[in-house]
Amino acid sequence: MIIQTIMFYAFSAVAVASGVMVVSARNPVHSVLFLILAFFNAAGLFVLMGAEFLAMILVIVYVGAVAVLFLFVVMMLDVDFARLRSGFLRYLPIGALIGFILLAELILIFGSWELAPSVATAKAAPMLVGGISLTNTRALGDLIYTRYIFAFQTAGVILLVAMIGAIVLTLRHRVGTRRQSIAAQLARTRAQSVEVVKVRVGEPVDGV
Amino acid sequence: MVGLGHYLTVAAILFTLGIFGIFLNRKNVIIIMMSIELMLLAVNINFVAFSVVLQDLAGQVFAMFVLTVAAAEAAIGLAILVVYFRNRGTIQVEDINMMKG
Repeated sequence: MIIQTIMFYAFSAVAVASGVMVVSARNPVHSVLFLILAFFNAAGLFVLMGAEFLAMILVIVYVGAVAVLFLFVVMMLDVDFARLRSGFLRYLPIGALIGFILLAELILIFGSWELAPSVATAKAAPMLVGGISLTNTRALGDLIYTRYIFAFQTAGVILLVAMIGAIVLTLRHRVGTRRQSIAAQLARTRAQSVEVVKVRVGEPVDGV
Repeated sequence: MVGLGHYLTVAAILFTLGIFGIFLNRKNVIIIMMSIELMLLAVNINFVAFSVVLQDLAGQVFAMFVLTVAAAEAAIGLAILVVYFRNRGTIQVEDINMMKG
């Protein structure tokens, strides 16, 4: 138990510190790298809570896909990031004020959190406690492929739409690039492309 | 002993950092999107913490859907950003005024 407590504080401290660095780093590439660190530590928190599947999904989806996508875009766009930082200090006081108020409110709410007694009987998908042991992944799989199947399918459709949207948005046909036209290739006949020329010695060939 | 309140506090701090980041980097769309990701991560921590405390798996299922939507949002947002940069040569938020909105 003591190890879990130490790990909790370590993970959350690093996560919060890297969150600070994400919003305050001078170089956006560093921001993305600190975002990756924050995701890793959040995955550690998930493991501590016993949600192993979500922890692994977080590492795979966020670190493996989203953060790399961010990194790719940051490195691909040739942006003057120093110019984008102007006004940074001007917005610092108001941002700090609003952030502080929000944080105080959230902590006040969560600090005085009491679960209603009726919550215990109102579970949507209760975990099996005792008796048969079910891994987190197995339990989640049992749930999303049965009761939440339509939500799961909808999530798939959302990803499909996002993929199509991203491709449609970024696809462009440059003027002047020479693309393969299969229809034109297949429509060619021998008469259009090959000509047999009789070449006589000492005379120029007509039409060549 | 680490309880629900600890996890909710971490999530609250991360969420606040996300909002703070939006205020701080008002001109840089990329950092704003990263701040949004940070806020969604905080929401996920809340979902999982409540799910574990209440012994109710629905919270983790929901966190998975939040993850899905976050991934889709990042992909679409970055695609829009790339197209915008290609057309205008900048990603300053203040320059996004072609539609006079």
